[in-house]
Amino acid sequence: MSGAQPVIVLDKVCKNFGAFRALINVSLSVSKGEKLVVCGPSGSGKSTMIRCINRLEEHDGGHIIVNGHELTKDSRNIDAVRREVGMVFQNFNLFPHLTVIKNLMLAPRLVRHKNKDEARAVAMKYLERVRIPNQADKYPSQLSGGQQQRVAIARALCMNPEIMLFDEPTSALDPEMIAEVLDVMTDLARDGMTMVCVTHEMGFARSVADKIVFMDAGEIVEAATPEAFFTKPQTERARQFLSQILAH
Amino acid sequence: MTLDPQLILDSLPLIAQGLGITLKLLLYSALFGIGLAIITLVMRISGRWYLSWPAQVYIYFFRGTPILVQIFIIYYGLPQFGFIRGSILWPILREPFACCVIALGLNSGAYVSEILRGGVLGVDKGLTEAGKALGLSSPQRFIYITAPIAIRLSLPAYSNEFISTLKATALASTVTLMDVTGVARTLVSQTYAPYEIFIAAAILYLAFAWISYVALAWLEARASRYVKKGN
Ligand SMILES: Nc1ncnc2c1ncn2[C@@H]1O[C@H](COP(=O)(O)OP(=O)(O)OP(=O)(O)O)[C@@H](O)[C@H]1O
Ligand SMILES: [Mg+2]
Repeated sequence: MSGAQPVIVLDKVCKNFGAFRALINVSLSVSKGEKLVVCGPSGSGKSTMIRCINRLEEHDGGHIIVNGHELTKDSRNIDAVRREVGMVFQNFNLFPHLTVIKNLMLAPRLVRHKNKDEARAVAMKYLERVRIPNQADKYPSQLSGGQQQRVAIARALCMNPEIMLFDEPTSALDPEMIAEVLDVMTDLARDGMTMVCVTHEMGFARSVADKIVFMDAGEIVEAATPEAFFTKPQTERARQFLSQILAH
Repeated sequence: MTLDPQLILDSLPLIAQGLGITLKLLLYSALFGIGLAIITLVMRISGRWYLSWPAQVYIYFFRGTPILVQIFIIYYGLPQFGFIRGSILWPILREPFACCVIALGLNSGAYVSEILRGGVLGVDKGLTEAGKALGLSSPQRFIYITAPIAIRLSLPAYSNEFISTLKATALASTVTLMDVTGVARTLVSQTYAPYEIFIAAAILYLAFAWISYVALAWLEARASRYVKKGN
């Protein structure tokens, strides 16, 4: 990926919750089309970091630049970034009072000002892409966890984002549903989407990631290719983490 | 003292003449209350102290004083203000009916505001975050995500509040309105049979409360279609 321009830049980003330092001088750059996997023990700041990228958390120090927009208090930049960045959450966060198709149509209609027919056409296209076009008129509560997460991915894709953020998208799923979600994400990666993905699915990381970032206690401890990270981790903390993860 | 069932039956249609006023009092105050509740709710969650404080004072006052006292304050108090007597609304405001709607509406608004706030606080924070991540503005998130879910969460408590307002309309008879209770009191003074006549009035209120209850339960079931059964 060398030579491609970076679409996400984090420069010495700090984030505190009261006196607690959740992110400490985190620097990172992701270029267009790159797939970054973030891993690390619980509480290491993975969610905080990824949520800073679309301003669900406000960083206290350093700079974050996404697709050329620096994230500051300026709400125009925040809006611009959110229009270009999609996000998938651990527990789906589908709107429970809307059917699947309406979940998908809401943001394109309100934010992109698409009319009903356009929004519906886009929604159907992405439902087909995540392989559940026949569930369009159901409510989220009527779907399995794996189906709900695929709807959530489709909902983000309907906004036609340049970048997709995933925060442990398979952690809330029963084992037999993990594969169907990872398959959709692998497809997406193959189509060239820029992806930042917090996950402990090491098989996925190995086959899809261009780079793996290992975090611990609010810091990026290692950044390497999957090959290098899995075969010869540089730090004791990463070795320990890997032995725990791979023991399962 | 013996109970005369025939007298109860005979007085039912007479007392029912008051139903119209009771119904109008209830619907107008409930609607006024909902309007006030929405406005004060938005003021309270605005995060601006100069909006949230007045809303809180209003809620505190109307939840902390008896409705009867509120009706008297408005009924006897409004005419004290020259600008109210001089306003184009005076022909309406001098009527006991309007005073009761104002008092009952202000009272109900305070309670409903609290009920709605509970509903808003009950909406999963993850859903507003999903809305943010999709680029929805703050008003859009409130209108399309928070409000519909908060309303569903509020309906059971609202149903109680609606029936409380129904019962509170009986206080209107103290300022000469001929609602169900007002008619009943007049009949009592003519027949000296308070027992039967107030039982008849109670039957009418019960029937009315039951209809309201069924209607709101239906609304609640409709609003909860999407909630997983057994969850
Ligand atoms: N809103 C908050 N207020 C206070 N502390 C917080 C808040 N959000 C996160 N933290 C703390 O910041 C630290 C990092 O949290 P974060 O959610 O980023 O961890 P994580 O790496 O995603 O962990 P997990 O694997 O459990 O999801 C944790 O210690 C957490 O308790
Ligand atoms: Mg996390």
